[in-house]
Amino acid sequence: MEYLAPDKTADAVKILAKAKGNAHVLAGGSDLLVRMKTGFIEPDLIVDIKRIKPMQEIKKTASGFSIGAAVSCATLGDHKPLRKAWPGLVEAANLIGSDQIQGRCTIAGNLCNASPAADSIPALIAANAVAVVKGPKGTRRVPVEKIVTAPGKTSLKRGEIVESIHLPKRTAKMADAYLRFTPRTEMDIAVVSIAVNLTLGAKGVITDARVALGAVAKTAILVPAATKLLKGNKLDEATLDALAAACRAACKPIDDKRGTVQFRTQVAGTLAKRAALKAYTRAGGKV
Amino acid sequence: MGKDTAFKEREFSAVGTRPLRPDGIDKVTGRARYGADFNMPGQLHGCILRSPHAHASIKNIDTSKAEKLKGVKAVVTRKDFKAKDVDPSLLTVLDNCMAGKTAFYDGHAVAAVAAIDARTAKKALQLIKVEYKVLKHVTDVDEAVKPKAPLINKKCFTKGVDPVPAKASNIAAVSEFGHGDVEQGFSEADIIIERNYKTGQAHQGYIEPHACVASYSPDGSADMWVCTQGHFDFRAQCAGILGMDASKLRVTSSEIGGGFGGKTHLWIEPVTLALSRKANRPVKLVMTRDEVFRASGPASATSIDIKMGVTKDGTITAAHAELRYASGAYEGGWAKLGAMTAFACYDLKNVKTIGYEVLVNRPKTAAYRAPSAPMAAFAVESMMDELAEQVGIKPIDFRLKHVAKEGTRSSYGPVYGPIGIGPTLEAAKNHPHMKAKLKANQSRGMACGFWFNFGGQSCSDLNIEPDGSATITVGTIDVGGARASLALVVAEELGIPYQQVKAVIADTGSLGHNDMTHGSRGTFASSLSAIDSCRQAIQELCKRAAILWDIDPEDIAWEKGEAHAIGKSKGNLPPLSLVNLAQSAEKTGGPISGHSQIVADGAGVSFATHICDVEVDQETGQTKIARYTVIQDAGKAVHPTYVEGQFQGGAAQGIGWALNEEYIYGEDGRLQNPGFLDYRIPVCSDLPMIDTQILEIPNPNHPYGVRGVGETSIVPPLAAVGNAVSAAIGVRMTQVPMSPPRILAALDAAESQ
Repeated sequence: MEYLAPDKTADAVKILAKAKGNAHVLAGGSDLLVRMKTGFIEPDLIVDIKRIKPMQEIKKTASGFSIGAAVSCATLGDHKPLRKAWPGLVEAANLIGSDQIQGRCTIAGNLCNASPAADSIPALIAANAVAVVKGPKGTRRVPVEKIVTAPGKTSLKRGEIVESIHLPKRTAKMADAYLRFTPRTEMDIAVVSIAVNLTLGAKGVITDARVALGAVAKTAILVPAATKLLKGNKLDEATLDALAAACRAACKPIDDKRGTVQFRTQVAGTLAKRAALKAYTRAGGKV
Repeated sequence: MGKDTAFKEREFSAVGTRPLRPDGIDKVTGRARYGADFNMPGQLHGCILRSPHAHASIKNIDTSKAEKLKGVKAVVTRKDFKAKDVDPSLLTVLDNCMAGKTAFYDGHAVAAVAAIDARTAKKALQLIKVEYKVLKHVTDVDEAVKPKAPLINKKCFTKGVDPVPAKASNIAAVSEFGHGDVEQGFSEADIIIERNYKTGQAHQGYIEPHACVASYSPDGSADMWVCTQGHFDFRAQCAGILGMDASKLRVTSSEIGGGFGGKTHLWIEPVTLALSRKANRPVKLVMTRDEVFRASGPASATSIDIKMGVTKDGTITAAHAELRYASGAYEGGWAKLGAMTAFACYDLKNVKTIGYEVLVNRPKTAAYRAPSAPMAAFAVESMMDELAEQVGIKPIDFRLKHVAKEGTRSSYGPVYGPIGIGPTLEAAKNHPHMKAKLKANQSRGMACGFWFNFGGQSCSDLNIEPDGSATITVGTIDVGGARASLALVVAEELGIPYQQVKAVIADTGSLGHNDMTHGSRGTFASSLSAIDSCRQAIQELCKRAAILWDIDPEDIAWEKGEAHAIGKSKGNLPPLSLVNLAQSAEKTGGPISGHSQIVADGAGVSFATHICDVEVDQETGQTKIARYTVIQDAGKAVHPTYVEGQFQGGAAQGIGWALNEEYIYGEDGRLQNPGFLDYRIPVCSDLPMIDTQILEIPNPNHPYGVRGVGETSIVPPLAAVGNAVSAAIGVRMTQVPMSPPRILAALDAAESQ
């Protein structure tokens, strides 16, 4: 097995493009190392991206935030402006694993690991986040919901890596929230999860909304029906019930060791209401 | 045992204090050596090939390619354990450690490799070709007893029934306990409740995986370093399996990162020895977490049919339980323990329990902290709450009405001496927790529990060191703070400070046989032996003082760590300290020591009452433990902090079992959750600070009144949590774990009725 740690994205792309056999990108390693230890994968090449400086930075730009692919989730939690603008995304990132894991793991890694139950993916989808992908043929900007195609599978082509994740600009009347259900309080994995991202207009009327569910389908999913029914409404009881029903209708879960179809579907609706209320209140709405 | 072990009321100076444990710093700094921390020069890496099938005949194993791989030094299969070498009573132990003609569960060992490094060893495993014929399997305890269930052992004819059945089945044995006439009792009842209770298969969840290093010499002797709860028993069993004389095998125990019963059985040790014997090199074998779950020994999954009758005024007239305990593919005595403990808390006129040992295609059941008692208590204590509700009596008063006392004939036979169940219930009734007002979204439950406690063989040496300190050497290993407790006991007997005593666990070559640390016997039995050793040493110390003073030993008294002359004419001699006596030992007869070997009888039975408050999120089925209190009889708490730790640890494990822990099998009979992510033991934030109250009702058979304390605390939580959750949701929960999907499903079912 070969281990390389280039200090430029372009070099990482070159190495990966010409790699033979099993090549893997190492950011935090909180998934990769576990899979290697359990014998699930045996890489021929590991490309560590932590030495690439731009990948270690959180930048506030005119169009929002840019989060480098090697920025740890703990670092996100320590970043005050980011926490203020995207509280839901940060809470999702800070639910992954434990404190120790968060010191290593990254949201780009969470995205590329492509688990249906990943905590940060629904939050990224709801946030309208865009992955900046570098590859042998240049740079692509890909909406995050287009990255994961199936459990463990992404749309990234040979030699491509996510360099950073871009989050849109925020105003005071925008807020997001993320909730997940786990049997334990921490060090657990989502049985159902939901992210709600709201923009409020005058008098608490919702002018825009994005809702994404996790762990209820092969990938995290956007719920367009939720956007439709929230837009133009306040968060009254009828709207909340409609939201719960829309989220339940969007679920295509499986029965497995972590939960049943019935449980996941039911709790998806419950969490939808709770997350919506949280985001709504954060955006200045009153209920 | 011919020694004076009767309890005598006394004032304690060291016992009952809370000094730091001697092994503490090493454990928190990483200096302590656990099983995987031992290494030998030239050591090989061992690993095991395991069956992916729940049930399969092994047609052939071709190891030739693995043997030819560079760096492989030995490959071992069942053929390497010669049938003529194996003690027949250990055949099933061997069969579980290394499969013979059949793989009985997902994870069953079929071959093992020792190679120069981990990579080579793993590669070699892939080169071993096993030809399986997959057989029908059964993993569920209720499915396994059905007439058409796949038969696991064709030679399994139920024991304990007369006549012995002509047809083989998956019921390995039946046991019965009780007294009175239950049929008569039920005819006198106004209300009869019948229910089925189920408990999932729980693993002890010790953090340290099994690990050992074995070094077999060409001269036929061998050494082993291993994490175990009983190195003397491991020695006897390994020797019995490999055809060695026990004396040729020396076993040294490591520090232990949790055992809870799971390290009282052999798993990898005979295999590691066989690899070392074949390779003629030391071999180290460490289980992965996946292997620990799939191939060590969890507790039984159970299904319990229970029926109880009560009169309108609240008198139980009859109690009957049929308890089916899954024991893996080999016969165990687990249902028997369940049948014995089920009703042990109560004074019942008519009671009958029948235990069924059921074979299933799961790992061999092992002991887990008060083995088998928590499941039986879940059924009984849930019923006690339901009956109390039916007759309109508070759960605690209903239990007090039927509580067992001194002189009560227990449901499993013996008549009780002084016992603590009544006092724990009274203490619970008066506890601030029981009186505290519940918040709007909270509910309360309670439950009682019983465990026998064991005694058994112990052996110890007490050596007076040249500097006047004392070393107590025992052979029963320290799982939960025994070294601290024994140092306190020695300090108490010799009248010296705790800091002047060192407690050491000897290897099997340095002391006579000591039974393992199980049955809450560690502190009870080792302290009995230690007290005896101290008293022998004191006699010797007085003799030495007599020589120095040239007076009669009868005229010497041992007080506060010193020899005092008490004879009429010698009363004004300055006392002789341990240091004085130790330094003059060469002149008075050589090193000073005491030695004791005993069979510790009279381990006092143990009882507990637990109180639990919960908050249940009725929309997600999630349960939060809001408050939890353990009240238990310790006899005498030698080191109260570690007694409290035992109370809390048992409660924490029981809460995990009650809410989330469970082996989950797929249709294919494979374990779905062999890891801590999906086998959910509680993390710190899942639990409140667990409150404890120690009661001290002296055990009449120990000089200080000590009883075992380690296990009883895991017995009540399943039911205490169950009763609280059932009260919270208004539906009787009859299955643990009460996982969120099960609670939501129960609520849905109740709503649709």
